[in-house]
Parts: sequence; structure tokens; C-alpha cells
Amino acid sequence: MNFLTYLINGISLGSVYAIIALGYTMVYGIAKMLNFAHGDVIMIGCYVVFLVMSGQGLHPVVAVLLSIIICTLLGIAIEKIAYKPLRRATPLAVLITAIGVSYFLQNGALLLFGADTKSFSSVITLPALKLAGGKLTISSTTIVTVLVCIIIMIALTLFIRKTKAGRAMLAVSEDKDAAQLMGVNVNATISLTFAIGSGLAAIAGVLFCSAYPTLTPYTGSMPGIKAFTAAVFGGIGSVPGALIGGILLGIIEILGRAYISSQLSDAIVFAVLIIVLLVKPTGILGKKIHEKV
Amino acid sequence: MAMLEVKNLEVYYGVIQAIRGISFEVNKGEVIALIGANGAGKTTTLQTVTGMLKPAAGEIIFEGQDISKVAGHKIVSMGMAHVPEGRRVFAELSVYENLQLGAYSRKDKTEIMQTLEKVYQSFPRLKERKNQLAGTLSGGEQQMLAMGRALMSKPNIILMDEPSMGLSPILVEEIFKIIRDISAGGTTVLLVEQNAKKALAVADRAYVLETGRIVLSGNAKEMMNDDSIKKAYLGE
Repeated sequence: MNFLTYLINGISLGSVYAIIALGYTMVYGIAKMLNFAHGDVIMIGCYVVFLVMSGQGLHPVVAVLLSIIICTLLGIAIEKIAYKPLRRATPLAVLITAIGVSYFLQNGALLLFGADTKSFSSVITLPALKLAGGKLTISSTTIVTVLVCIIIMIALTLFIRKTKAGRAMLAVSEDKDAAQLMGVNVNATISLTFAIGSGLAAIAGVLFCSAYPTLTPYTGSMPGIKAFTAAVFGGIGSVPGALIGGILLGIIEILGRAYISSQLSDAIVFAVLIIVLLVKPTGILGKKIHEKV
Repeated sequence: MAMLEVKNLEVYYGVIQAIRGISFEVNKGEVIALIGANGAGKTTTLQTVTGMLKPAAGEIIFEGQDISKVAGHKIVSMGMAHVPEGRRVFAELSVYENLQLGAYSRKDKTEIMQTLEKVYQSFPRLKERKNQLAGTLSGGEQQMLAMGRALMSKPNIILMDEPSMGLSPILVEEIFKIIRDISAGGTTVLLVEQNAKKALAVADRAYVLETGRIVLSGNAKEMMNDDSIKKAYLGE
């Protein structure tokens, strides 16, 4: 039963990584940049939930909705202020800017919320599920996390494939100039992508902090890096890749922690990434690079 | 009044001036050819007209309105479509999705479906392959898709950049037949071509570009018989 518990926890943690990885992978697909500040948007989202719930005593659902709204606006603002002026700059300039935004958010949070660790109370207060006569206990947070991940994946896939805005995103990710010739507002599409990715980051943050309830200004950076790894692992630019990469990464991390070494679990995760990239540099579901004739 | 009038257009790439003050006009219903060698500025001219590049100076008057400062994505809804050089179809989307994107600027779904049926009539091969990914089409089929996609916006004028490039002689014939059909259907055409002979054969009037300037213009049929044109561009 232990193995099953670890596996379920791994899938749950992986679901959080997958939701965060969506933000990396969508932004990479559309804007061809790595938004290293993405993890810190998660942290801001967690602080919003924490402050609204413990400070104002409002209902968790209100707190989560407010957090999604604030993170969405934050994502749009980051794109407008920091990245949009660099649309035609070298990738290195954009990368360094993204790292700068990451530090800015961390230090901003340090200034606003202080360095002390806040104890985050889970927003999910349902009873745990007991199976097999009490031998297997699955916490409600775990179940909700996996369900939320599944819902997000289905909704996002439908949005991208079935709506006009989604199709515009696909067009922009493949060829910005050609998309503009179709009448697609490229800048608005990039903004929309940042908005969706950051809104999802807020949800991921709440789920992550519900499972690991300590909150500091650096809370977002490690899951951010791991989710980025998951996005690369699954094939950056691919939505199903983010799901597969995230889930696999979560399982590897939890199983590695349980059976090999709890201190080496992060190292194991990154070692697996290196091996995957050596064998298949585009990741598991990486897109083929099309030769332009 | 001309449908499209370009006045003293100047375009730079960084510090390099690609277009050095060109002027030309396209009247409603005409087929106009812009011909010239590689690097003369033909593609740059088209890209500037449809807002992909911003001019340093000059005016682009389309149906009475200066569009040189209009955001690029708004131009297609004004009735101007652009078939870009190298086709630029969305390789990872299906033929049908590509065509739907062509109608992105339009709202009325039933009218879009009518245009789609018309495009399928003009290009039966696109209908056969509507669920296939555009990247798996042959070069000729991709060119047809790029043209069909442009027609999906129901344009008053269609700009085509090197539609015959890289195609076999039979397909080149087919593409030029399509251009004639599009023109016969009432759409004005501005055609950029390296294949000057074919372009002049289909065009009413033509402009010859050389290193960012218009060096010659006139009736296409007369230009076909002009000795200097024959020597420089028709390889005779």
C-alpha cells in the first residue's frame, strides 16, 4: 500500500507541476521566450490567498478567485512592461530581463510581506478518502489537485482547438507575420497567453501551498524551476507534453524521495531530465522543427 | 480614383534603404505586376503596403484612406489580402483550419461558409484534403491553400508575392490560370513576380523595380515587346 500512496502523491504533485508547466510552455510557444518570473507569480498568488483568508477572514473560494484575478493582471503587466519592449531584441536580453523580473517579484514580496515564513492553511477542507479498510488514505487536497489538473487540461485543449482566440494562438505560435496577415492582433494574443498562464499559476500556487503549507518570498522558485523542467521534459511548446512531463516528474520526485534518498530527490529529477534530453533533445512530445523551403 | 495609391514610399531595414521613394497606383479591376530582379524591393513593397513593415516616408492610400500608420492586423478587414512569399501556410494546422484563419477578420459565420464553398469550388484539391495538415501538402497545393486562405477574407484587392516560386512548369501554368480567374471574379490583383514573362502576360500594366526605384512602367503588352525589357528581364 505504501507504493500506491507514493504513486498517488506523485501524481498529485505532478499535477501541480503540469499546471505550472502549462504557463511556461504556452508562453514559450507563442512568444518564444522562457518566462523565468512565472514561478514567482505563483508565490504572489499564494500571498494573496493567505492575506485574504487569514487577514480578511474571507471564504477560500473568494480568496482563490481574487488570487487568479490578481495573478492574471500581474502576468499581463509583466508582459507589457518588461517583455513587450523587447519583442525584437535578442533572446539573451529577454532571458536576462525575465530573471530580473523574477528577482524583482521576490524582493518586492520580501519588502511587502516580510521574510518570515507564513503558515498556509489549506483551502481544501474536505475529509480524506479512506480506501481498503483504512489502509490507504488519500487526502482531499490530493484528490482535488488531480481533478483540477484534469479539468484545466480538458478546458485548455478545447479552448485552443475550438475557439477563434485559441486558433489565433496556434497561428501566432507558428508564424507571427502570417497570423497578422490573417488579421490576428499578435500583441493581444501574446497578452492573452500571459494572462491564461498567470491565472493558472495562481491555481497551481494554491494547490501547491495546500499540500506544502509554508510560504516565503522564495516559495515559487523551486516549483517554478521544476515545472520548467517538466515542460522541457514533455517537450516545450506542447500542452499534452506539459501534462506528461509534469506527472512523470512528480512521480519520479516522490518515488525517488521514498526509495532512494530524500535529500537526493531533486538531483534524481534533474538527472532524469538530462538523460531524456540526451536521448530526445526535443523532449517526450517535442515538436518537429519544420524546415522552411 | 485609384483603388490603391502608393506615393513616394521609403522603407529602411535599419540603416539600409530598401525602397527609395517609389510611387505607383492600382485601379479597381486591374492586374498590376511588379517585376524586377532579386533584391529590387518587390517583397518589401508588398510587406509595407499590408503593414508588416512601417515606411519611413510616403503615403499608402487605400480606398481613399492613408493606411501607412494603420496597425497591420487591421488592414485585412479593410479589404486587402496578402499571399506572402514562401506561402507561409500554418503547417501544423489542417487545411480547413488554415482557411478558417483566412476568415479571421470576418464575423458572419454563414457568409464565411459560403466563401469556403466557393474556395473549395475553385480549389477542389483543398476540399479533398481539408482535414490534412497543411505541412503535408505539396508545394503547389500549399500555394493554392495560401491563395484560398487570402480569398477567405473576401478581399477587394489581393497582393501576391512570387506565387509561382519553386513550382513545376505545369503548376506555374495552373497558378497563373487561378490568378486570371481571381481577376475575372472581380478582385483587383497586385502581383510580384520574378517570372516576368508570365507576369506580363497576365497583367494589364506593370512596374519595373530596380534597387528600390521604379525604373519603368507601362502597358504590360507593350512592355513584353520592348527590347530593353526583353533583354533585361525576359531572357531573350
